[in-house]
Amino acid sequence: MSIAMLEMKNISKQFPGVLANEDVNLTVNKGEVHALLGENGAGKSTLMNILCGLYKPTSGEIFIEGQPVKFASAKDSMSIGIGMVHQHFMLIPTLSVIENCLIGSKNKGGLKLDTRSAAKSLSELAKKYSMNIDPSALVGSLSVGEMQRVEIIKALYRGARILILDEPTAVLTPQETNELFKMIRGLKQHGFTVLFISHKLNEVKEISDRVTVLRLGRAIGTYDTEDCSVQDLARLMVGRDVKFTVDKKEQQTGKAVLSLKGVSLLRKGGGAKLLDDISLDVHAGEIVGIAGVDGNGQAELVECLTGIICEAEGEADYCGKDLLKCSTREIMSSGISHIPQDRQRTGLVMPMPLTENFILQDYYTGKFGKHGFLDWKSVGESSDRLIRSFSIKAPGKEELAQNLSGGNQQKVVVAREINRSPRLIIAMHPTRGLDVGAIEYIHGKLIEQRDNGAAVLLVSTEMEEILKISDRIAVMYEGRIMGIVRPKETTAEKMGLMMGGNDLAKIS
Amino acid sequence: MSIMNLISGYLASDIRMATPILFAGLGLLIINRSGLLNIGAEGTMLVSTLLAVVGSYYSGSVWVGLLCAVISGALMGLLFAFFTVTVKANQIVIGAALNILGSGLSATLNRIIFGVSTTVTRFDAFTNIKIPLLSDIPLIGGALFNQMIPVYAAFLLVPAISYYLFRTQAGLNLRSVGENPRVADTLGVNVYRLQYMSAIIGSALIAAGGAYLSTGLVSSFSEEMVAGRGYIALAAVVFGKYKPGGVMLASLIFVAGNVLSNILQVSGTPIPYTLLTMIPYVLTVVALAAFAKGAVAPASLGRPYKRG
Repeated sequence: MSIAMLEMKNISKQFPGVLANEDVNLTVNKGEVHALLGENGAGKSTLMNILCGLYKPTSGEIFIEGQPVKFASAKDSMSIGIGMVHQHFMLIPTLSVIENCLIGSKNKGGLKLDTRSAAKSLSELAKKYSMNIDPSALVGSLSVGEMQRVEIIKALYRGARILILDEPTAVLTPQETNELFKMIRGLKQHGFTVLFISHKLNEVKEISDRVTVLRLGRAIGTYDTEDCSVQDLARLMVGRDVKFTVDKKEQQTGKAVLSLKGVSLLRKGGGAKLLDDISLDVHAGEIVGIAGVDGNGQAELVECLTGIICEAEGEADYCGKDLLKCSTREIMSSGISHIPQDRQRTGLVMPMPLTENFILQDYYTGKFGKHGFLDWKSVGESSDRLIRSFSIKAPGKEELAQNLSGGNQQKVVVAREINRSPRLIIAMHPTRGLDVGAIEYIHGKLIEQRDNGAAVLLVSTEMEEILKISDRIAVMYEGRIMGIVRPKETTAEKMGLMMGGNDLAKIS
Repeated sequence: MSIMNLISGYLASDIRMATPILFAGLGLLIINRSGLLNIGAEGTMLVSTLLAVVGSYYSGSVWVGLLCAVISGALMGLLFAFFTVTVKANQIVIGAALNILGSGLSATLNRIIFGVSTTVTRFDAFTNIKIPLLSDIPLIGGALFNQMIPVYAAFLLVPAISYYLFRTQAGLNLRSVGENPRVADTLGVNVYRLQYMSAIIGSALIAAGGAYLSTGLVSSFSEEMVAGRGYIALAAVVFGKYKPGGVMLASLIFVAGNVLSNILQVSGTPIPYTLLTMIPYVLTVVALAAFAKGAVAPASLGRPYKRG
């Protein structure tokens, strides 16, 4: 057995009030793709931030090729050959690719910035690992996939031998993910060691040689990926069996709660309509899924129904009320709940505590206090109850929303919206970026609401999710509905064709 | 010929009077590029106008005066950096405090040192240096090449700072700190040191502008003599799109209105003087509205950076 490329021994990291890593051991061999699997908040990112010198471990040791190392800053870990590609890119959009790679580098050639030779070596690197990058392009003008390539090239340019990729696929389209995996395989062939951090089981299964599973800050174990099924990985990660199907009882749907008739929205400044003659009913006790590739009018539809966009034509009848003519306040106070697509920007106020986030829909109703004064005692009691019944992992109700993991943030939004006992739930990407445990939980909550007779309009780009929990599915393409199907009577192939702009009538 | 003289004279006044704003603007540019937002240029300049006079008066050399002024600026910069970078206090508040400090300090020191008498204090001041041959060029020669040394220095700093910012490793590091200090930090740039350095050097440049004001443009000190130039420099940086050349152009344009208004007032036009004094302000507003749209400030301007 040769000496491990990287060894982390008994690493612990104590944050005020939270033990993020506890006695973690990690051994990575040279030239392997090693996955670090764990739920959101399991301590993956903390461990990697220790490895790249941003955090100092409370205790524990790090060895690189058998030599003990200590990192005082990111510079130290970089100089020893560790390159991290952060989940949120560490790039400056107003600078060019070259400039981004040169920041902070030790200049050998005197005062002048040597962009020419840097451009040359960047192009060589790009060619060697078949990554297509224009070194003089402005980073802000690149696509997300390209930015990630720049991050990888930047790490290589600075002499990385161990590449850490923190949730690299979270921001990528399926095509870009394939590109990335090709790149990772290429790097592996050239002898690089890759640490791949993810909570997506299929990806870990596909790309990694070995996998170390983290749960609640502890390393559960390291396994050969070949020997584990996706089911095994899920169980290791969550600590219990995870169901990939949902139990959903068949039930008779009630009368239409929401009824869209010819909803259209013009594009500002002309061009194709953003929404084109959308007609759709959502009944009590029914989940209607809206499928489609991102950007085909789903966001606009939700914004029209929640009163954020007010220029739509047509009619959206909700219990005798036309939602298209109502303000957001009127809509939200008439038994409609909204789980917005971006929990951090529109779902929560990040720098506010959970208590205040929980009452964003209620503070004006008199439910928590009278005459414009808030009764913090009853707000606190209600918050405690929600945290308990939705099993939100937080140090307390006064914790700021921004300090929670993504899954728990989403649970806060879902708790707030479901607690209002809605007749209609409009949910957009309710599980985006969440791990299997949290996804299972949120699906369960939506189905529970449906079983209790609520109508649910679910917008998602994840075909799996749509097929799994919807009772009926409408596929949107360029602002139009291509067809409405039942999950049991359709195939993924048919859905794909509709998402690509083929009318249901023409393909069946 | 008289029209030629008029234009030449106009240009010469514009350049002469734009110099303090240019110094302050370039100083602020360097500070802003490191992500610090310093609105205290007015106060920094006020202290330096007095110290330049004091230094020159006691030593008999205007250069010692300049040195005193620059040192006072550097100290103001150090003060600003300590409170904003180390203590992480609100940058606007600290900048405002510097302005109040500068106003009070310069007035108090002036009365202690020179008293409240109305007799004119005499001291060494800058004089015009005529550059042979170049100053004989018709129309622009006299305006461009018959000026005081600080004027030449300020305009030569424009390409120098431009080169530093956009062509050197140090300049790239500075710009990256202003855009995203965390990124710079992960790549091994010492963010705090760079911010201290730019606050000190930038404030020294602002102070040089103040020194020129009291020992060059005029040779006397009076209370509140900076008269808003520190604030105009702030606008010049925004209008100049955070680039040295732009700052230069902005300073010249802002001052041009002032000079025009002065010339028209002494020329005895029938236009009421109240309208004439509006010219520089109207010009500034129009220029800002017309050109300042694409101004992109450093992304982390005014936000304190906390490591880890």
